[in-house]
Amino acid sequence: MEALLISLKVGLIGTALSLMPGIAIAWLIARRRFPGRMLLDGLIHMPLVLPPVVTGYLLLLLFGRAGYIGAFLHAQFGLTLAFNWKGAALVAAITGFPLLVRAVRLSIEAADEGLEAAARTLGASGFGAFVSVTLPLIMPGIIAGTLLAFARALGEFGATITFAANIPGETQTLPLLLYSVLQSPDSEALGLRIVVLSLILAAGALFLSEWLSRVMQRRLRGAS
Amino acid sequence: MSSDILQADLRARLGTLELELSLKAGNGTTAIVGPSGAGKTSLLRIIAGLYRQAEGRISFGDDVFHDSAAGIFLKPEKRRIGYVFQEPRLFPHMSVARNLDYGARRRGAPPSGARDEIINLLGLENLLERLPHKLSGGEAQRVAMGRALLSSPRLLLMDEPMANLDLRRRREIMPFLEMLHPRLSLPILYVSHNLDEVIRLADKVLVIERGRVFATGGTAQVLNRPDVQQLLAGAVGMDAGMDTDLGTILDASISAHEPEKMITRVSLGDGLVLRVPLRHEPTGTALRLRLHPRDIAIATQSPHGLSIRNSLPGRVNRINVAPGGQRDVSIRLDGGGNIEITARITQGAVDDLQLVRGLEVWALVKSVALASD
Repeated sequence: MEALLISLKVGLIGTALSLMPGIAIAWLIARRRFPGRMLLDGLIHMPLVLPPVVTGYLLLLLFGRAGYIGAFLHAQFGLTLAFNWKGAALVAAITGFPLLVRAVRLSIEAADEGLEAAARTLGASGFGAFVSVTLPLIMPGIIAGTLLAFARALGEFGATITFAANIPGETQTLPLLLYSVLQSPDSEALGLRIVVLSLILAAGALFLSEWLSRVMQRRLRGAS
Repeated sequence: MSSDILQADLRARLGTLELELSLKAGNGTTAIVGPSGAGKTSLLRIIAGLYRQAEGRISFGDDVFHDSAAGIFLKPEKRRIGYVFQEPRLFPHMSVARNLDYGARRRGAPPSGARDEIINLLGLENLLERLPHKLSGGEAQRVAMGRALLSSPRLLLMDEPMANLDLRRRREIMPFLEMLHPRLSLPILYVSHNLDEVIRLADKVLVIERGRVFATGGTAQVLNRPDVQQLLAGAVGMDAGMDTDLGTILDASISAHEPEKMITRVSLGDGLVLRVPLRHEPTGTALRLRLHPRDIAIATQSPHGLSIRNSLPGRVNRINVAPGGQRDVSIRLDGGGNIEITARITQGAVDDLQLVRGLEVWALVKSVALASD
């Protein structure tokens, strides 16, 4: 099943891409007060509220070969994003981003800032205190956010088809394949197989997320 | 360890509070007391570098921590300040041992042997493998103290480390603190709401009210001031300890033991001696005594035929109205020192004895509370 592999590749790479910036921005919004904070928060949530087709079209305008960023990337690195799997990964990263940021931000806000202050007085730098104290404590939030973003990426349809198109073997993920299959007559059997596969994938991701966060919680509470 | 001096001249706006104060602290424990909201915790946070928006200058020895005019702000991790917070603030995902070594891993290990010594002193040997949520409140606070001490601090800030502990836990930690304080040759700023604690631990006291210095100096000298007693007695959040009356605090030292009589003689200086129940400390040990006004009676003649063992000659210095319509009579003891003790008696007794300023009297001390009991 080529579409399954593409789905996984696009989803994993997209989510991995959004992880570091996601944590950084979540921290910025949770812990810092700066002008434009609300604006940043709103901007990040855009992909969540915009119709996916609009997101895809905006990406096309920005990252297409003729777009501002797209032209720069092509000229500097020979990198083209539109209409290939890298573009689909970018879509996955951007549409999953708000979910990731939300989850991480909530757990950062819930983490005790006093612990970081204590770490600072013990000789840790601001970044060191975050990495050694807060990061382990918010791990359950990060895992939950990541899996949510990953699940969102797996289901991505509108923005992907607009920005990366529906190219079999390149950008055709499971939902896009299902869409194509449903267009042709006499394909219920194949369609059903795709549906079952999607269900397994979604359930697996959900299960994994639950299991991981349980393990983390247990380690934090030290029930060992 | 160093014997550097902490010097701070600060101004800061904290909500409605205007903090503006100077302080100087060398080796030894300086207690910071004052009503709730006077700015005590904020002061510690500013000194530690956890609160930046202050104006003025903070220096420690040759190091400038903060100089708003020169644009200097040393990050908290560079100040080498040990900070014990009101809550233990242990890192929940690390064992006690890893909590203790957190500072050493970043600042370099303390001198060899110091780790074991502190672990011993604080009684942490059996807790090392535990996670913080398995500790009692008192244990957790002891770990927090150990963690701060093991980060090789040059200055120790303690913000009501016992405020969240019940009386039993306090009694459990107090001996550790009493042992610790004289052994650390570094300045300690100790915020407290509990005057028993202050009397037992502090060498100096800084009284803060509404962001300003109200009084500063030696513990007995400051706490015996009537205006300080009045401020602290009426203050929200102040806890006078066993009695709402602070009484008279006297610094004394053990001059002789008389085991056959089960007493110990303590000298107040100026040739004044009090007899207290037998102590086990060696002669020469410094003690801090607390005389409650209700435990002091007054005689106008040298007393004899009395069960009270301690009578000290002096002269009436002041007579103030005490709460409940009684009278607080301040007696300046003979001997040339400025030792004054206060007796609380009724107006009737004042009239009968015809007490007036300058009258020669004997202060009869019914019982002496030792601050370290």
